[in-house]
Amino acid sequence: MHLLLFSKRFAGVTGRLGSVLVFSVVVLGLCLLDCHPAQGIPAFARKYGLPCSACHESWPMLNWFGQQFKDNGYQLGNDRDAPIFQQPAYWPATFRITPFWERNSTNKQQVDTATVPGGAEAKVTVNGFNWSGLDFHTGGTLAKNFSFYCLPSSDEFASFHFESVWARLDNIGGSPWFNIKLGKFELDNLLSEKRILTLTNIAGVYENYHFQPFSSKGVPENYIFGIGDNQVGLEYMGHSADDRTRISAALLTASDSPLGAQPDVPYASAYNAYFAASQGFQVGSLGVQRVGGFAYIGQAPTYYQYTLDGVGVPGTGAGNKGFQRYGILGIWYIKNFDITTIYFRGHDSAYLGTNTASGGPTNPTGALPTGAQAPTWNGGLFESHYVVSPQFILINRYELVRMSQQAFGAAAAVPNPGNLGNADVLTFGMRYNPFMNSRAGMAYHAEYAIIWQKGASPVTNTNLTTGNLLLGIDFDF
Amino acid sequence: MATMKIAKFFVNVAIAFLLPAALAAQQADQTPAAKPNPHMEAHIGKLVGHSEAGAALYYRYCWGCHGARGDGNGENAPYVTPTPRNFVAAIFKCRSTVTGFLPTDEDLYNSLYRGFITSNMPSWKALTAQNRADLVAFIKTFSARWVTEKPAEPIKVPEEPKVTLESIKHGKELSTKLECWKCHGPEGRGDGPSASTLTDSNDQPIRPYNFYTGYRFKCGATNHDLYKIFMTGVDGTPMPSFADVVKPEEAWDLVHYLRTLQIWHNSPELALWEGSPEGAAIVKDERTRNRDTGSGINP
Repeated sequence: MHLLLFSKRFAGVTGRLGSVLVFSVVVLGLCLLDCHPAQGIPAFARKYGLPCSACHESWPMLNWFGQQFKDNGYQLGNDRDAPIFQQPAYWPATFRITPFWERNSTNKQQVDTATVPGGAEAKVTVNGFNWSGLDFHTGGTLAKNFSFYCLPSSDEFASFHFESVWARLDNIGGSPWFNIKLGKFELDNLLSEKRILTLTNIAGVYENYHFQPFSSKGVPENYIFGIGDNQVGLEYMGHSADDRTRISAALLTASDSPLGAQPDVPYASAYNAYFAASQGFQVGSLGVQRVGGFAYIGQAPTYYQYTLDGVGVPGTGAGNKGFQRYGILGIWYIKNFDITTIYFRGHDSAYLGTNTASGGPTNPTGALPTGAQAPTWNGGLFESHYVVSPQFILINRYELVRMSQQAFGAAAAVPNPGNLGNADVLTFGMRYNPFMNSRAGMAYHAEYAIIWQKGASPVTNTNLTTGNLLLGIDFDF
Repeated sequence: MATMKIAKFFVNVAIAFLLPAALAAQQADQTPAAKPNPHMEAHIGKLVGHSEAGAALYYRYCWGCHGARGDGNGENAPYVTPTPRNFVAAIFKCRSTVTGFLPTDEDLYNSLYRGFITSNMPSWKALTAQNRADLVAFIKTFSARWVTEKPAEPIKVPEEPKVTLESIKHGKELSTKLECWKCHGPEGRGDGPSASTLTDSNDQPIRPYNFYTGYRFKCGATNHDLYKIFMTGVDGTPMPSFADVVKPEEAWDLVHYLRTLQIWHNSPELALWEGSPEGAAIVKDERTRNRDTGSGINP
């Protein structure tokens, strides 16, 4: 749930001073280290008296026990889950925020030509202190087998939106195989982006969860979709008693930004669907392994049916065309070492890929441009963790995206280069919790992430490289 | 010059990552106080649990309540009712062994799998079987009892006889004769005249089981489990063993009767009881006077 929305403003410190600051932050961190034994949403930990490590491999990432707790409607199932058993003053709320220092470097950022002799792009490196947005989690049980979640979330300037709002009927008919959730929620992604362990603006999201191909050089697709974004709809979810088998299906209102404009407003009378299933199994003493798959079958409008003062009327998107995301996943445990592998496949309609209206006043015949074709791509993710102790985790991730078919093919007047948009993201990080209890959580966080993307620079459409180093203190209470 | 800058940058990055890592690793190596039995095993069927592997699991999942020393004094213990189990005393509620004896490894393993209702102890079925076996082995490191004593043989549970109206009625008579009502109340609601005075082996107040609000028991959910509770007692609580007082067939009669007190849980015993004029009147009256409010207290 942790949205790190970064300011474009940085303190104007560079070079040697920046290096000194890196060192200073580390020293400060070391001075603050304490020797208490290590911990999630402390609202749950406070309710049940369990340390965060009981549910989290390293918070916010869940372990299998935490996943079962979540799938069971935030219930342990010991007949003490209903709020009636809590002190009347108990309030299931938690906030989370992260002050940090970061260094961000982009090899090609658009600048005025007057400031860059011979070009309109320059390498820009900035560093300074900053802070994240605030997440204010409230969630838990309303009564036995009735759970809820509400997450107002802000950027760093305290501009709030609702990241998550849902109610869930749990264990309907006494069966864990029948749970219904209504509202805005994270899809049942087997690798949760909202519980991601990395925080930079590069690695704070999964590249594959948000990747969209270029329509053409320097021109992104109009429609916006991220499988990692919370969606609005109705979800069925079922699981076995031990949570080894999990299935889910969701009916969703298309709710990502309509033609790049109105976030959180349904932009067409269109429904999307998401399916996920996975199976866990024990392999000797290595731990519980899990394999699964997911599919998102969506559609998005290509034009507005009506406009007002030349601007599309929200909700009147028309000419829906389809897009799909598929993937298979494996989560492999070798005792304290785990690795997650995902293969992604993405496919957009040629209309969506080329930003072409499939009808309407601008293109009444719905004709596609010459050489237009459905962009398709493959992706991969390898994320590994080594859990030194419940208090300390090392993180590594590599993601890649490879286009297999561009929106404008060889027959187009200006065909896209075959590798346009290809991306590689590499991340290293560590989180150390100086204490672990059931009241609050805190982690010293260090992370470096870098992304290489083909043809993505803003002006010359050449290769773009961006790196980000972040050192911070991530805490919740 | 540029090379130097790059080198300095990466040195700083390395320091940023490695120093906290080194210190964290050092702290992670801190081990708790020495235990009476440093190395223990647990044998559950073909599974062999090892205390060394269980230690890491214990300090991830259990220490917050049971404490780093296993004495039930974890940092959350003051806020947990009933109080967490004290593994140093090694007195366990749910056993297949006679009262006063240590439980079998399988008893502890089953407790971890099942959890304890109406307490903070959850089911750990999401862990692997090997994890649970390792935890059982580790729990045994806290008390010297596991070296100086051996668990008794599990009691023999005879085959359950067929449920009959006579069996239920006899169980009702036995319940009165054995004065179960003094703690559990005449309707099994845990509100007998002695209920408010009961304490456990830690001198903490303890409430008798309320048959009305549930169908699961602390030590299981089946008739077989309920039989074992009668015959082994719940050590560390005022619930005694009745092995010396009732015969096996009488214990089954009690099981059948007590099931009829769980009026919100369909069971063959309740169905048979409701089919009789006496039972129908009692159950109807109970259901009329007490409705499920949906608050989560009632089943």
